Amino acid sequence: MSRAGVAVEEVTGAPRGPSGWWKGWPLLPALAFLLVLFVYPVGQLLWLSVVDRSGAFTGQHFARLFASSLYVDVLLITLKISAWATAFALLGGYPVAYLLATSDARWRSRLTFWVLLPFWTSFLVRAFAWMVLLGRNGALNKLLEATGLTAAPVAVIFNLTGVLIGMTHALMPLGILTMVAVMEHIDANLPKAAATLGARGGQTFWRIYFPLSLPGAAAAGLLVFISAVGFFIIPALLGGRRETMITQIIIEQVQDLMNWAFAGAISLLLLATALAVFYLYDRALGMSTLASGTPALDRRGGGENPVARLSAWVGRQLIAILGWLCDRAAEVTERLVPARPDRRARPWARGVLVTASLLILAFLALPAFFMVPVSFTTGGFIDWPPQGFSLKWYRAYLESPQWRAATVRSVGVGVVSATLAMLIGVPAAFALARREFAGKTGALALLLSPLVIPRMIIAVALFYLYARIGLVGTSLGLVLGHAVLAIPFVVVTVMAVLKNYDERLDQAASSLGANRARTLYHVTLPLIRGGLVAAFLFAFVTSFDELTIALFVTGGLTTTLPKQMWDDALLKVSPTLAAVSTVLIVFVAVTILLAERLRQSAARA
Amino acid sequence: MVALAGADLELREGEFLTLLGPSGSGKTTLLMIVAGLIQPEGGEVWIDGRLATYAPPFKRDVGMVFQNYALFPHLSVGENIAFPLRMRRVPEATIQQEVRRILEVVRLPDVGSRLPRALSGGQQQRIALARCMVYKPSIILMDEPLGALDKKLRDHMQLEIKQLHAELRITVLYVTHDQEEAMIMSDRICLMREGHIEQIGTPDELYFQPRTRFAAEFLGESNVLVCEVVGVEASRTVVTAAGVRLRAPQDERLRDARRVALMVRPERLAIQEGPTAGPGPEPPHNRLEGCLRQVIRVSGITKYYVGLDSGQTIVASTLTGDAKTVATPGARVGLTWPPDAGILLSEAATTER
Repeated sequence: MSRAGVAVEEVTGAPRGPSGWWKGWPLLPALAFLLVLFVYPVGQLLWLSVVDRSGAFTGQHFARLFASSLYVDVLLITLKISAWATAFALLGGYPVAYLLATSDARWRSRLTFWVLLPFWTSFLVRAFAWMVLLGRNGALNKLLEATGLTAAPVAVIFNLTGVLIGMTHALMPLGILTMVAVMEHIDANLPKAAATLGARGGQTFWRIYFPLSLPGAAAAGLLVFISAVGFFIIPALLGGRRETMITQIIIEQVQDLMNWAFAGAISLLLLATALAVFYLYDRALGMSTLASGTPALDRRGGGENPVARLSAWVGRQLIAILGWLCDRAAEVTERLVPARPDRRARPWARGVLVTASLLILAFLALPAFFMVPVSFTTGGFIDWPPQGFSLKWYRAYLESPQWRAATVRSVGVGVVSATLAMLIGVPAAFALARREFAGKTGALALLLSPLVIPRMIIAVALFYLYARIGLVGTSLGLVLGHAVLAIPFVVVTVMAVLKNYDERLDQAASSLGANRARTLYHVTLPLIRGGLVAAFLFAFVTSFDELTIALFVTGGLTTTLPKQMWDDALLKVSPTLAAVSTVLIVFVAVTILLAERLRQSAARA
Repeated sequence: MVALAGADLELREGEFLTLLGPSGSGKTTLLMIVAGLIQPEGGEVWIDGRLATYAPPFKRDVGMVFQNYALFPHLSVGENIAFPLRMRRVPEATIQQEVRRILEVVRLPDVGSRLPRALSGGQQQRIALARCMVYKPSIILMDEPLGALDKKLRDHMQLEIKQLHAELRITVLYVTHDQEEAMIMSDRICLMREGHIEQIGTPDELYFQPRTRFAAEFLGESNVLVCEVVGVEASRTVVTAAGVRLRAPQDERLRDARRVALMVRPERLAIQEGPTAGPGPEPPHNRLEGCLRQVIRVSGITKYYVGLDSGQTIVASTLTGDAKTVATPGARVGLTWPPDAGILLSEAATTER
């Protein structure tokens, strides 16, 4: 005979209420790691820009920064290019995100592949694809000449047009994925409700769907803009002298002039710009929209701020006008082609959306397909059309000791740094997702800050640190640097998985007699395996694709694949690059399909 | 006003009609077809005398209350209610007046400037209703509108919606899987099953004259005995169930059936202790014997589960008078009922189509 009894004397506090900071101990390795390899070096670099050699405060570097209009102009050009690229990425990305969010699951995963492929493909590979496509002897010009539209080649590369095409292409996938994340959470019943209440498609979209999707568009705009400000690959490869961006100046100062202090001053300027953008965003929309992904409804109407109130009013009027225009257009169409209640209606608006979205997805996917044929050319240049068929450029890639060493090093560094990021990041994610402790918000902010701080600043700061402790040119230096960048991705991915994890399963396991370790090993980890693999792949690709840190920390035979490609692209654009890029695209495509397969089987379980 | 050719469902002006059925019976699909949110493969929908099979939702003049209310989260309660009026280009002054009026009707006059999520579930429910009623659609469709509320609030809202319906004479097509809710609220119930209509009628008709075993078992509790037909005697059908002779009202539809199902509601069964105990009204009443297995008290009703000799368990219920029960579990009991309380149904669990 068994007996059970419950004697509760007192239940103090909520079981998940905040308590001492020590409850967050699994975070300690992550925090220590980032303090040493992120906070300290970045602080050191910025400090360098305000002191002179003797250690006294000086304003000389900033005086030089603003002495001529040179650097201010570069900053303004950077902001201008970033703003245009952001606008194009959002305008083009919105319809695709809308289509993804409103498609059924099967179509969504099919279409998402074509967003993920460019998203995961290296900026270098994509910039290179555009060189093939837009160059003087590129596919576009050959096509225009063949059709007789133009007599002489048009200049669409090494100028603003080239940079904007490249950057829009580079940033749109990030914009789409951010917007889809918000649009997915818009209740599908709301447009239906609007329709039954008498709203046509236009009114439904502009008055209901569009305002609800705006937080997603705003978050996407912020992330895209911040990324754009830190770009150097695209402007360097597709732009001319007049499209020089601020991070290119930093590279120049460090690589050519070894002027650390001045590089620090420019970094501070870049950082201040990024923080100013965040501040403006927070004032206008509220930072909480980024974290929760839900509209900041409390601020509807702009609250106290008269400027925000005015802009909210203008926004509402604009939405009303757009809705009205759409409806009048629909009414005219209906008068011309009367709808019949006894015939199935043709969803022509959906057709327009699908067509537009497919064209935009083609824009995202196509450049890669132009590069693949070039990799099989028998010629020595990347002319279009490629001549003949040969594998000689693949042979050149595989037989070059430099390329081989770079490939092996990239894979090795990727695996080790991803493993390190997992070991440090997963316990941190568990603590952040499941425990309450003092200082949690601050700890999360620190863990995610490597995503926010422009990567160039981290790279220069690490270079400065490594130069003093002899880590330049070592694999260890690369691994540590890449782990700094990968930890935020691991933390975000694993936290997202744990958020959807039903903790009652763990409670069930422990009530069935499993201790903590056995619960973790037999229940929790198998169930979140898909998420862990995704986090690892995320971390691996972050390292595998990384150029900014590698730019400074590698050299000669200790180079990585992206660094080797970058050096090659700057010196001589040979079809070897096309061969390497093709290999990388296939690698990424296989990885995505594999990850998707894993995710689906995890979801089914 | 609304018809579905093939399913032949007709809604009368001012009527409260409920589509009742288990999940997957097609009741929500039918509602969505009427709303224009799903395009049917075939058949016809007529609304207010006009063909509307493939008309877009915004041209149908229907109102719909969704299960999760589908209030626009970025618009205030007042703007939510004003939305259908704005879509109909009603003058602004009239809009404000109508919004105030309808908020009075649903007894929430002061919430116009608030956001929907600042309201409780029951209040959101009433606002969703107000948003539909404000433009006086020819029909209001409700898709399990009380499903998200807790039991107490649900009971309250049932009466409230019923009252609004009676006051305003609106036509309502209501979907629920809860038979009690359907019984409480409806003028008529359309019982659905596997995509077809099983039976349409008033709640009383469905309860007292179910035409199929499915209808009998879905609405209220029922005991079903499978019987052999013996013959007809004094305009009653005589059957035997496990050797016991029973009588039931004749049913023309089952004239040629050899095996039938006899259905009796638990509250029509009287329970007596002991075999052949008491001077029960022996000949005119049906009687079965068995062993009392369990006695359960559900507030005002006491239920007796009796195991028949055939192995089947049937249930009898009486009003709970006092703490005493008629018998204790294990006792031999008899169950009697007047022949007219039974209903003969087709023996097959599935219906004849």
